[in-house]
Amino acid sequence: MESTSLPSSKANPRRLFFALVPLALFIALVALLVFGLGNDPRKVPSPLVGKPAPEFSLPELTDPGRRVTRADLMGEISLVNVWASWCSSCRAEHQALMALSDNPDFQIVGLNWKDEAANATAVLRLTGNPYDMNGYDPDNTAGIHWGVYGAPETFVVDRHGIIRYKHIGPIDRRVWEQTLQPLVAQLKSEG
Amino acid sequence: MSSLIKTLLLSILLLGAASVGAYTLEEFTFDSPRQQEEFRELIGKLRCLVCQNESLAGSQAELAQDLRNEVYKMMRAGQSQDQILDFLIARYGDFVLYDPPLKPSTYLLWFGPFILIGIGAVFMVRALLRKKATPDQGLSDAERQRLADMLANRDGKTDQTS
Repeated sequence: MESTSLPSSKANPRRLFFALVPLALFIALVALLVFGLGNDPRKVPSPLVGKPAPEFSLPELTDPGRRVTRADLMGEISLVNVWASWCSSCRAEHQALMALSDNPDFQIVGLNWKDEAANATAVLRLTGNPYDMNGYDPDNTAGIHWGVYGAPETFVVDRHGIIRYKHIGPIDRRVWEQTLQPLVAQLKSEG
Repeated sequence: MSSLIKTLLLSILLLGAASVGAYTLEEFTFDSPRQQEEFRELIGKLRCLVCQNESLAGSQAELAQDLRNEVYKMMRAGQSQDQILDFLIARYGDFVLYDPPLKPSTYLLWFGPFILIGIGAVFMVRALLRKKATPDQGLSDAERQRLADMLANRDGKTDQTS
């Protein structure tokens, strides 16, 4: 059959542009959704970053006569680590914390969260104690003020008591090398 | 097969048990039904951060329990709904609210669907208008002539279109 040219098949850049816009929008939407799928919904950003660490006063886990308070965070860079004996990822994290416990650049302050003292001290006795001190918070009294919603979580607090970062989930080598170590170095240089 | 049926039955039983075990307000006492209603409304607005698709009202998670207690304590201490919400937002972020608040970082979330519908509508209207603007065109004289020729020749030739 003889082919006839239809009027609409004439090349028209303007039409082509308008035909491609929906496609481009669709691709952009798909890209956005794919990006969203890759995000972990459990990682909720903390509104406390950049704010002063909340006031708290908790008994020390292994030395109940002593109190751990916000004042203990002043003057030193601190990793405030939320943990519990019932939390299995905390156990995995424990080894990483042990490796960091000798680092003189910061102190590690534990927030023993919704735990039982006997179980928590047993963990420290059996697997080592990376903490310089441990606030014992079985009833989530301090935890609520820190916006804690799971364990492990780790807050990086600078020398002036300002929360500079919150890490949700266990600290491992990668997290330390890529995120926490550079941050600690930066805080150290800030003086 | 029977094990499959057993599993199914067990799941149904467990589902039933879960809904029976759902959280009630009985552990809290209130001064007035109004206060109770207010409490119920408030914890319905708040999200349980552990089990993210449940509200504080519906969740059995321990953290939800803690936060319910906290909300209850604050209410009993005479704090307003807004004060309690602000307290929780300051610690857990906007995410603790089921309805995201309207602010620049959520404009896309709130208005995005309407923008998409708007863009779609523009394209649809354009397409419809174009269709109207180009009605079926009649045949030109030359085409009419060609058609007549083809019809006249048809009887003498075999069908070539198949």
